[in-house]
Amino acid sequence: MTQSGQYNFAYLDEQTKRMIRRALLKGLAIPGYQVPFASREMPMPYGWGTGGVQVSAACLTPDDRLKVIDQGADDTTNAVSIRKFFQRTADVAVTEDTTDATLIQTRHRIPETELAEGQILVYQVPIPEPLRFLEPRETETRKMHSLEEYGLMHVKLYEDIARHGQIATSYAYPVKVQGRYVMDPSPIPKFDNPKMEMAAIQLFGAGREQRIYALPPYTDVVSLDFEDHPFEATKANHSCALCGASDSYLDEVITDDQGTRMYVCSDTDYCATRRAQGHVGLQGVPLEDNAA
Amino acid sequence: MTPLLKVENINKFYGGRIGCADVSFTLYPGEVMGIVGESGSGKSTLLNCLAGQLEPDGGRVMFDTRAEGMKDTVSMSEPERRMLGRTDWAFVHQNPRDGLRMGVSAGGNVGERLMAVGARHYGDIRGKAVDWLDRVEIAEDRVDDRPSAFSGGMQQRLQIARNLVTGPRLVFMDEPTGGLDVSVQARLLDLLRGLVRQMGLSAIIVTHDLAVVRLLADRLMVMKSGHVVETGLTDQVLDDPQHAYTQLLVSSVLQV
Repeated sequence: MTQSGQYNFAYLDEQTKRMIRRALLKGLAIPGYQVPFASREMPMPYGWGTGGVQVSAACLTPDDRLKVIDQGADDTTNAVSIRKFFQRTADVAVTEDTTDATLIQTRHRIPETELAEGQILVYQVPIPEPLRFLEPRETETRKMHSLEEYGLMHVKLYEDIARHGQIATSYAYPVKVQGRYVMDPSPIPKFDNPKMEMAAIQLFGAGREQRIYALPPYTDVVSLDFEDHPFEATKANHSCALCGASDSYLDEVITDDQGTRMYVCSDTDYCATRRAQGHVGLQGVPLEDNAA
Repeated sequence: MTPLLKVENINKFYGGRIGCADVSFTLYPGEVMGIVGESGSGKSTLLNCLAGQLEPDGGRVMFDTRAEGMKDTVSMSEPERRMLGRTDWAFVHQNPRDGLRMGVSAGGNVGERLMAVGARHYGDIRGKAVDWLDRVEIAEDRVDDRPSAFSGGMQQRLQIARNLVTGPRLVFMDEPTGGLDVSVQARLLDLLRGLVRQMGLSAIIVTHDLAVVRLLADRLMVMKSGHVVETGLTDQVLDDPQHAYTQLLVSSVLQV
């Protein structure tokens, strides 16, 4: 008996998936609103994407092609373990190709390749409440959301400018959704914020905090800012050392103990695709030579 | 002249105990009303009922809103009441820690109310914050310091600046000078008196310090066990107390 036969499809039982789907539908109906749901214990620790895994499990069908990325990469621990988890429990096809995937679970990045209609992007969210570190009371933050009192969010940005001379928040940058709810986009770099107005469905799952929220396709997502300090999608001012891309978000990699460093695309699929097309960065080698 | 605030038969009970009972008074624009009484006499309960922080069990609090004239703040919707709370009303707490965000710089504290009513220009917000810090005698170079780095008197002044920045018309103060030493107290009173006169503010000040009301309040209300026992002009009440409790209160003040 294969291991997938020992579990219900995609690990969760049907009633649980139904409960999660209800929360997802409600979240899609009210973009940016945090819907409470009865998060289950998953066979992985909190902080490893239990929320995203539950959302993915509720969305998966046997025909889906799953891609899992962690900080943009397909080959890091978190991505590998979650991908394996669904291979075992749902026996779905997996892929590293962004355009080929129907469901992408992500931790802290949006793929560089533009997503299309029909695709689903599932985010793992550690802290869904954007106001959490400004207002510790849950009763109060809920009231602030329901009454649309978001002045406090700007206090945080004010503090940034007062202390650093610019808005120093560089990830989990708060956004306003369709002119109504202020939302935490999960800890994606603010470079990715403009990409959130996309054709794919975006679902957010926070397992420990038991919240689900969602963005339907083509929802207005505006990053908060000041008139005289407008929002800027920043990245390291380099191009990728392997594929030469100057429009992708870069990881800084320290290569020795002398302080030598290189900048490479954080999206491994994007980098590999470009290299296969023959793009070569300053420190890169053409793929054919590499293989030889 | 239309009153700014008209309080009608406010009641608040804590189970079987009386918080405050059948309190009625009228406050006119530019007037400062003092509420004095011993601990547990219902002063703070009354103030919290008026400021919308506690829901009274009965009675009405009519406030002269800018848009719609006299309106009952007890029965108005919560968003409306909270909007009043950050525009036309101000609340100065006894302990500045209750009224300030201790993890946010002084400038951010002052700017919060501005941003809450829609200010989105950093330069303007900061300019106003610096201006208000100056008005409450806090040096400009402290604008980026957190309130935790301030002395008690400075924190209290910062709290006042933070509350007055949106130009409120009615200020609620709960023992604004409590916990400060006498010289700091004197400076704070001086400052408050100046601001109240300059801005034409109306204020309701709860205190047990008779010297504070003598200096600031036009009218006085004396409370005991949840009931108002005497009202009148401040000097009249303090110099010629009629009720036995007021007489006791006035005679209890230590002379230096």
